[in-house]
Amino acid sequence: MELKYVGLSEINGPLVVLDKVSGIAFDEIAQLRLDDGTRRLARVVEVEEDKAVLQVFEGTKGLSLTNTTTQFSGKPMELGLSKEMLGRIFSGSGRPIDGLGEVIPDKFKDINGSPLNPVSRTYPRNYINTGISSIDALMTLIRGQKLPIFSGSGLSHNKLAVQIAKQAKIADENGQGFGIVFGAMGVKNDVADYFKRSFEETGALERVAMFINLSNDPIIERILTPRCALTCAEYLAFEHDMHILVILTDMTSYAEACREFSSSKGEIPGRKGYPGYLYSDLASIYERAGIVKGSNGSVTQIPILTMPNDDITHPVPDLTGYITEGQIVMDRHLEQTGTYPAVSVLPSLSRLMKDGIGEGFTREDHSMCANQLFAAYSKVQDARALASVIGEEELSEGDKAYMNFGKLFEAHFINQGFDVNRTIEETLDLGWALLSTLPRAELDRVDDEHLDKFYDPEKAKAMFQ
Amino acid sequence: MDNIFSINGPVVKVKASKSFSMQEMVYVGEKRLIGEVIRVTGEFTTIQVYEGTTGLKPGEPVEGTGAPMSATLGPGILDNIFDGIERPLKKLEELSGAFIADGANVTSIDTQKKYNCTITVSVGDKLSAGDIYCTCPETELITHRCMLSPLSQGGEVVWCAPDGEYTVNDTVVKIKTPLGEQELTLCQKWPIRTPRPCKERLPGTRPLITGQRIIDTVLPIAKGGTAAIPGGFGTGKTMTQHQLAKWCDADIIVYIGCGERGNEMTQVLEEFSELIDPHTQRPLTDRTVLIANTSNMPVAAREASIYTGITLAEYYRDMGYHIAIMADSTSRWAEALREISGRLEEMPAEEGFPAYLPSRISEFYERAGYVKTLGGSEGSVTIIGAVSPQGSDFSEPVTQNTKRFVRCFWALDKSLAYARHYPAINWNSSYSEYVGDLEAFYTKNVNADFMQVRQQISSILVEENTLMEIVKLMGTDVLPDDQKLLIETARIVRVGFLQQNAYHKDDTYVPLEKQYLMMKAICDFYSLAQSALAGGAAYQSILDLGWSDKLIKIKYDIPNDKPEMFGEYEKQMTADFKGLTEVA
Repeated sequence: MELKYVGLSEINGPLVVLDKVSGIAFDEIAQLRLDDGTRRLARVVEVEEDKAVLQVFEGTKGLSLTNTTTQFSGKPMELGLSKEMLGRIFSGSGRPIDGLGEVIPDKFKDINGSPLNPVSRTYPRNYINTGISSIDALMTLIRGQKLPIFSGSGLSHNKLAVQIAKQAKIADENGQGFGIVFGAMGVKNDVADYFKRSFEETGALERVAMFINLSNDPIIERILTPRCALTCAEYLAFEHDMHILVILTDMTSYAEACREFSSSKGEIPGRKGYPGYLYSDLASIYERAGIVKGSNGSVTQIPILTMPNDDITHPVPDLTGYITEGQIVMDRHLEQTGTYPAVSVLPSLSRLMKDGIGEGFTREDHSMCANQLFAAYSKVQDARALASVIGEEELSEGDKAYMNFGKLFEAHFINQGFDVNRTIEETLDLGWALLSTLPRAELDRVDDEHLDKFYDPEKAKAMFQ
Repeated sequence: MDNIFSINGPVVKVKASKSFSMQEMVYVGEKRLIGEVIRVTGEFTTIQVYEGTTGLKPGEPVEGTGAPMSATLGPGILDNIFDGIERPLKKLEELSGAFIADGANVTSIDTQKKYNCTITVSVGDKLSAGDIYCTCPETELITHRCMLSPLSQGGEVVWCAPDGEYTVNDTVVKIKTPLGEQELTLCQKWPIRTPRPCKERLPGTRPLITGQRIIDTVLPIAKGGTAAIPGGFGTGKTMTQHQLAKWCDADIIVYIGCGERGNEMTQVLEEFSELIDPHTQRPLTDRTVLIANTSNMPVAAREASIYTGITLAEYYRDMGYHIAIMADSTSRWAEALREISGRLEEMPAEEGFPAYLPSRISEFYERAGYVKTLGGSEGSVTIIGAVSPQGSDFSEPVTQNTKRFVRCFWALDKSLAYARHYPAINWNSSYSEYVGDLEAFYTKNVNADFMQVRQQISSILVEENTLMEIVKLMGTDVLPDDQKLLIETARIVRVGFLQQNAYHKDDTYVPLEKQYLMMKAICDFYSLAQSALAGGAAYQSILDLGWSDKLIKIKYDIPNDKPEMFGEYEKQMTADFKGLTEVA
């Protein structure tokens, strides 16, 4: 027989306290039934002898100390899973909201997941071709990687995410399923709509599962959203051998929800008021990317976060950068000059790139070309800094060559357009053509053999006339 | 029997119990989760649990073990991968599959495997703490030496097993102690939070040779020393740690992945089993212990992983080996302290970190050292800790407190990393206090003028740094020729010497002799060019000789095993410059 408790003894923000209860387990799920017949889910966040503290997912609006009955489930939060979830739209806590009825679950899983044993992982090596030059060449996305987009309000990160989702191809796709799980935390209605429409237009909707928590939905549900999305992704990847791309947006809203929740619990804050465990909490989300030994599927994550005030040292991008395997940074200045995608190349990085490119994956000259582009573009910055002091006219010949290279690089390589899908060969050839506008002696990261093969100033001249 | 009173994340409280002592290891709940007592008051005993507490209920039993949190030490540690509380991850995989479940009960080291033991004592011998009574080959590289635990009072050997095959729990020797007879097996336990004793600490006068040029020559570290590698994300902390773990000349590496990425640990596992140690020609895993507590594994075990790692290191040190510990990253460990402290509702100091953060950091780094062991041999533990400063801001508490307790500071620099200059150690903001201690070693073993050449290289870099302020404002064109030459030479030092390619077969590890010869060649170029300028040669004509590029590519062009080629370069360079002055 299941016990029901009538009434509450305290309500504080999203938290409620129940006294004189027994047999309550830490982290279990309870259902609150209001007098008007509506139901809300809650989770046990602290237990003490005969007292339990619960967080209510849908918020505590309308709750009073007397109008609720609480029933405990005896289980942690679980999500019903099925392959039919692709093509469907769910709320942040995993309830279908597209009016197509319930999903018949094939399996239930704890949404918190369990840590993946490092010895059971397969080190990610295969690259995902996104068709976007700046990403493919300079911060290659690898299957099983977590590569966030660091952006700012008003930048085109959503467009970029859609383009990646639309164009992503797996290099050696052998008929295996490719799916997208989309988790939206605290996004504006328009943004959620934009993603939905874009997936529809590109015909990708039937391979997308969407979990949507809008910015005016309760914050506790927001804390569950990425966990539901990842549980679904893990299920599809590791039990149905699919390659799943998870797009999570916006992680900053998620972290703010954690902060709100933490302060309502009265916890001691860390930096900027965020809870001291934000790192562990974010890690429990980001670390759920990878490949498990013995399974053919993979979970690749592209979390998107907006940096408050474009500040990369803000706790959320900072902690994210320490957990994820690189980052794609968007740049406001480039965006303003009309460049799309406005990827800021120098601070961007893919840590897993080195083992997933080159012969057998992309092309053997890839790493050399990428290194030289990075080195050359970093010199462009020096030349620009100097030019802003002494004027472009006064620059030495070498610096002028770099200024020119910088312009061409931004206009032809980074700037690509939403509908252009470049193969890796096109991207690398373009890279070499750009490098060929510089004097040969400047290319100190490339050996002579490759210079002989790819260095062709005549061709470059004709190309960029 | 004591029961759980309350649960808050990894912190569990037991009410009104007198049966627990501080830092005692306990089993919590029906699942027997491993925990440790961290606070005892009349009212409550507070326990931190090393596994997930989901599903735990008040009223479930808590059982004490009567012993502090200990590591099991014996053969079978090497070539293994553990979690933060010394549970072998491969065993956990067999038990619970790819995802780690709670409450898995496994032994730390393989109790079935037999080792070919040689008993080194005989009946009647006197044994005291630290004396070796049995040896066995643990891997092809490392001979395991079983020592009498420092916890024992010592005594006379009354029984010895014959040489032969034994498992870790077989009794091989019996001794008579003042407290009665003690049976000695191949393994022993040691509380992880207590440093293992040694006879005396010796000064560190031998360098830990890493084959990384900027470290070995500019910022060296001694065996038994301490170093911190602070750097924002993407600056190459982990990469530097991997390079050191692969190439440094320690006998054993303890690699602690503390709150870092799962894929990174998998990479270490894969890469190290394929790589061959240049000193011994055996796979690197033969001399490596991995401790992996990734960022999504329980936070309390992350806190313990640092202590587990150093305890294993000290144990091998006591056998007379040289150990290097790579801790990646100590900031995550400090954050674990902060998280637990927050759950205990302790009064926070800076940025929410507990007030005891500096003392914990110093306790950890002080366990490094070059020592004379209780058994009379020499061993060392070198600690190299990565620090991940919040917001890349070196003034945050973990970096600042670490800086106080280490003697080597290898600061990684974002702008160098952006320019893909690796290792991105900034030579201006880094320092090493070991230079003086190691002077004698370098002078004796590498070359008599090693220190002078090193100083010259440092001076070039310092002068460049001063000049750069002008260059940033006006460009290089306005400088006089001798300063242009300095800037050019500094470029050669930076690109040709300090920058090192971890993916190039020769450049990934460079022997000390070649490092010296490279520096020497650059210094010679500088002095030849200076005298050419003084002799009236044009600056451009010096550049036209093309020696800058040749010197920059020397790291690839001269193989590590052909140092004699430097002689030819030297001759050619002198001749070229002679030609120059003659024309002038």
